[in-house]
Amino acid sequence: MTGTQIGLVASVFIACTVEAIEALTIVLAVGTTRSWRSAMIGVGVALAVLAVVTAALGPALTALPINVLRAVIGGLLLTFGLQWLRKAILRASGLKALHDEAAAFAKETELAQAAGILDAGFDGYSFLVSFKGVLLEGLEVVFIALTFGSNQKDVPLAAAAALAAVLAVACAGFALKAPLARVPENTLKFVVGVMLTSFGLFWGGEGVHADWPGGDTALLVLIPAVALFAIGMSAGMRRRLGDPDRLRGAVGV
Amino acid sequence: MTRTQGFLRFLWDFVIGDDWRIALAVTSALLLTLVLSNNGATSWWLLPLVVAATLSASVWGAGRKQT
Repeated sequence: MTGTQIGLVASVFIACTVEAIEALTIVLAVGTTRSWRSAMIGVGVALAVLAVVTAALGPALTALPINVLRAVIGGLLLTFGLQWLRKAILRASGLKALHDEAAAFAKETELAQAAGILDAGFDGYSFLVSFKGVLLEGLEVVFIALTFGSNQKDVPLAAAAALAAVLAVACAGFALKAPLARVPENTLKFVVGVMLTSFGLFWGGEGVHADWPGGDTALLVLIPAVALFAIGMSAGMRRRLGDPDRLRGAVGV
Repeated sequence: MTRTQGFLRFLWDFVIGDDWRIALAVTSALLLTLVLSNNGATSWWLLPLVVAATLSASVWGAGRKQT
């Protein structure tokens, strides 16, 4: 496996792990408190819809000229990456509350219990909440796998990394029957923000005919440079703001 | 909220996110890089510069609102 392929697998795996944890938290909350059967039907239907979307989008993406694909996908990755990094920096500097899967699980559980008394049969609430959660987070997984895979001309490898991430999270979650609160999700999101921004910079630049110094090896400079810049910004914001507890969660973003 | 509105809201959140200026800056930087490249100029430096400036401005602006 080449260095580029290892980078592809690592990026897709980490990014998809974050999305899978979010979906799992929702499914576990409604499954535990209301109806496992209906929640799992919701998961199954959402996966079927995702399969159709993937089958439709995959060939369309790979049929586009490579430079157009790189410019569009690079731009999108750069936009996503910068949004993730922005949130990660705001969290690290205390301006935004840390994302807490345990709190998210408790909130979903409370909403599920408040949704009414269960019938013995099919529970529409469990179905819909699971369906929506898996579909939305799954769309992000599909998008990440297809875009990274298309750009590196290795969709099967990206799809395998995405599938491995989803299976790993699902197995861990259902073995524990609890949200994966111990997984440092905010740290993962910081890493994903760095990777998306770096790949977005590289592919976006190539798509608009910018010649990176050193060719493909420029990516090995871009990734640590983006990481250092983001870490430096977090540290700078913490120093500038002083007491983070005074401001934590204050920014509505 | 109708289904169409809900879908448009999802698309906006998915693509644009919390700060629309980031998407605008990225799009503008890509277009400007294309213009520079097509005119034979060295253009690779523009995207990293815009990324650094945009991220700084966005985070700094969020912090300034609270101080």
